[in-house]
Amino acid sequence: MTPDMPLPKVLPEARPTPEGATVAAPVVPQVKLVKKHPLAIRWMHWINFPVLMVMIWSGVLILWANDVYPTEKFALKIPNRITLSRKGVTAVYPPKEADDYPVPAKERVDIRLAFRLAEGQAWHFTWAWFFTLNGVAYVLYLFFSGEWKHLLPRKESFGEAFKVVLHDLGLYRKPLPPGKVNHAQRIAYTSVVVMGFGMVVTGLAIYKPAQLTWLSNALGGYQAARLEHFWLTAGIIAFFFVHVAQVIRAGFNNFRAMITGYELSRHDYDKLS
Amino acid sequence: MTPINNKPKRFTTFQKPSVRPVDTAPVPRLTPRETWEREEAKPAIKASATDEARIRQLSRRSFLWVGIASVATVGGLWAFNRDPEEGKSAGGAFVPRIEGTKAPLRKVLSFNEFVARNLFYSPTNRAQEFPRSMAIEPRNNYHGATPEIDLADWTLTLEGAKGRDKPLVLTLADIQTLPEVSQTTELKCIEGWSAITNWSGVRLHDFLQKYPPPDGTRYLAMYSEPVGQEDTWYNVGLDIESAMHPQSILATAMNDEALTSEHGAPLRLIMPHKYGIKSIKLITRIAYSDTRPGDYWYEQGYDWYAGL
Repeated sequence: MTPDMPLPKVLPEARPTPEGATVAAPVVPQVKLVKKHPLAIRWMHWINFPVLMVMIWSGVLILWANDVYPTEKFALKIPNRITLSRKGVTAVYPPKEADDYPVPAKERVDIRLAFRLAEGQAWHFTWAWFFTLNGVAYVLYLFFSGEWKHLLPRKESFGEAFKVVLHDLGLYRKPLPPGKVNHAQRIAYTSVVVMGFGMVVTGLAIYKPAQLTWLSNALGGYQAARLEHFWLTAGIIAFFFVHVAQVIRAGFNNFRAMITGYELSRHDYDKLS
Repeated sequence: MTPINNKPKRFTTFQKPSVRPVDTAPVPRLTPRETWEREEAKPAIKASATDEARIRQLSRRSFLWVGIASVATVGGLWAFNRDPEEGKSAGGAFVPRIEGTKAPLRKVLSFNEFVARNLFYSPTNRAQEFPRSMAIEPRNNYHGATPEIDLADWTLTLEGAKGRDKPLVLTLADIQTLPEVSQTTELKCIEGWSAITNWSGVRLHDFLQKYPPPDGTRYLAMYSEPVGQEDTWYNVGLDIESAMHPQSILATAMNDEALTSEHGAPLRLIMPHKYGIKSIKLITRIAYSDTRPGDYWYEQGYDWYAGL
């Protein structure tokens, strides 16, 4: 064996042993049951889902206490009432109110969003604890378990993420590097943690602007902090929709791993990080 | 003619073997990317029957958990929010309300108040003050028509001052003997809007020192009860620490002009470290109290403390 020997164009599938018998080449992939998501991550992932839903819903109740932001201005129209009836789902925008709506009250279910400020605040300021504690526990778990190695972007992630996008669009045909998550996911899952941190920080600046004047000012003032809080919510909702679409695309084996913890895969993920 | 010699030539030439014995096979020096690209490109061998059976077993167990947890979450939220409308006799609510808000949420709001008073609040923490030039006129967000009174008849009744059995009746002149202060702060409405406005008047702190409450008093209540205008009556409850804050002022003027009745003439409270709901307009009565006083918006479901 000489070091300068040219590389074979195709790897041998099977090689004769000196005795002439053949053995399977070691590179042939075998699908196995492999551990993917630890129990703690699965719990925190799924707890976050209803908590985030309640936070967004109660946040909209707070937003709609007063139309401080004409939300159309930000291309994000939020209805103050969603009506379900036999005619379908209808979003009702202000200044229209229930009495203006053509379907009689008995034949519809209204999800009221306007003028429920006290309720919205009570829920928001209670569930903010769950959101924050769950987020802190998640970050601490990632740090101490070493799972962060699978999730933090690397130097090459920004270039690789572009290939992932091309791959998902069918424009890049080569396979992607194996791993628990791909490089686009590394960026997305890290950004969403950063956004969650931003939610807590901007939230505190809105919640205690007179005690945390420095924080409120660092974010550009009280109303600026409110706007940032609002935009971060929009960012998290955007993440949510892309995430759900990609999970559907990736298939059941991948989805099941977030529930059972195991995936049928040819890679032993914990040896890859 | 030469006969065609089909016989193979007898001499041998060196030929590279197409396959090599394992012990001398070249180790391919591939980059990691080339390695996994080749590996991934190959069709995978199906998982073993044992693994397939194991994942099915794991799935059954886990999805059963998911089902139970989903039903418990949705059912729990439904039961928590269950609140039969008045007049319907279909059972009661599973979770009672305290002053308009579900009891567990109310308890967390009280816990938040505890955290806020012990962790956040400090008399040396001051709400941001702005240049006078930034002041604007805030909107009037009264819960009904703003009460209008004959200012000449206005007096302020003070109940429970230290060493006095009878209520004290004060005039505007009595209050204006205290040093005048002016500040440009942001009034933050609980609804979300805010307005930077200049307010002048006297410090509530100075008022509380001139007419002190009994030692150990923890609360005070302020009432707006103009005679004959019961529909617009309003009241707030305050903790004494927030009242003693140097930025709590009894305002008589807004943006250098005497208060209009829209903005609470002749005397209103301004507390930039609490939501606007606590900045009561047209104060007619102040009472010191050892127990937590009622509050107009608290009784309608809002947080009692409302501190910022």
